[in-house]
Amino acid sequence: MNYYETKDLADFPNIGEWTSEEAQRFFDYYAKATGDGKLTEREKSLIALAVAATQNCPYCIDAYTNKCLSLGVDKEEMMEVFHVGAAMMAGITLAHSTQMRKIVKKKEM
Amino acid sequence: MDAHEQLSTLDNICRQNFIDKLAAIGQHPIKAAGVDVFQMNICRKCNLFCKHCHVDAGPHRTEMMSKSLMGTCLQILRENEISTIDITGGAPEINPYLEWFLNEASQLKRRLIVRSNLTLLLDDKYRHFIDIYVRNNVEIVTSLPHYKAEGTDKQRGKCAFATIIEVIGKLNTRGYGKENSGLVLNLVHNPTGFYLPGSQSGLAREYKSRLLKDHGIYFNDLFCITNMPVGRYLEHLQKNDTLSDYMTELINSFNPTAAENVMCKNTISVSYDGQLYDCDFNQMLGLPIESNAHLSEFDREVIGRRTIVLANHCYGCTAGSGSSCQGATEK
Repeated sequence: MNYYETKDLADFPNIGEWTSEEAQRFFDYYAKATGDGKLTEREKSLIALAVAATQNCPYCIDAYTNKCLSLGVDKEEMMEVFHVGAAMMAGITLAHSTQMRKIVKKKEM
Repeated sequence: MDAHEQLSTLDNICRQNFIDKLAAIGQHPIKAAGVDVFQMNICRKCNLFCKHCHVDAGPHRTEMMSKSLMGTCLQILRENEISTIDITGGAPEINPYLEWFLNEASQLKRRLIVRSNLTLLLDDKYRHFIDIYVRNNVEIVTSLPHYKAEGTDKQRGKCAFATIIEVIGKLNTRGYGKENSGLVLNLVHNPTGFYLPGSQSGLAREYKSRLLKDHGIYFNDLFCITNMPVGRYLEHLQKNDTLSDYMTELINSFNPTAAENVMCKNTISVSYDGQLYDCDFNQMLGLPIESNAHLSEFDREVIGRRTIVLANHCYGCTAGSGSSCQGATEK
């Protein structure tokens, strides 16, 4: 048994097993937040794929790769999404060097 | 794989039988509610050999509806106010009696559809069909699996995309796809892999803007059709070891509303030899209508309240937003 199993993705609708009202509110919110709005469902799915990639969530990567395919997104577009995620993570990491540099400078004689 | 093997392959892989699934929500049996669509599969021969084809059509096929049977169809259509005549194949243009049939059928003033792959219409032998379609106000439905060449060619064959785009351009100049011209051109999106189609309205928006921007062409509506685990597509699923995943996805995406709206409720499908079926998929799986009736025994009253013959491939029409020859069934 692995901690992450492909078939577990199908269990996602059952997260309300012991807290059905909260789960229902979450699913309603989720559907509204990820469906067509000012941004299209396609644009939102690309954003969701980027978040899935940067959060290292195998379930979400599986779900949103499939969703992007189903919405006509091609593999080059999806790969660009991963580069956006990678660039953001690199930028976020490097931006935090500000903290390190501030401390170093304060400690220097 | 013959029809029997296909059915038993699906029976073995489905963890829940389609009929049991329907019964569990009180939707079994499915009864027909009239006959509004008269779909004729007039040949299995085709110039293409598409990966998603449930008919297993191709240049090697020989099955062809005779002029006499097409005449019987016309007679039935004259005697019964069936609103839509839907002609499919193979490539319908290959049937030598299509032109004659369209000239006759258009006089009945029904919605007259031809499902054409369009690629034959650049060929000298078939290019006159554009005139025939215009003259008879034929609604054209063509499969364009993706708005980019790569996905479409992978599914339909090398250069299919460029040819289809060129023919759509010619159809546009004749008025097809133009609002209020009365000439309707609808495209079909089939997923170019082993997954379900997404939102029909979202994909239609994407197709319209991309095809106009990249190729200057336009069309009326986009129909999203789920690839059915039948025929050549079923073989590809097996070959790629994805049949189990695909069927699981179809089952998990079962939609009761889509099950209520299945196209077989108002369609009758006629094969090249005059046998009657609930749909083109049942036709390819050798599952005739429950009475096993032939065209010569056509009785609209009886057929219009028949019990639909179901099997596990039916999950394809009830998954997600539903699927039919007119696209999604849950808009």
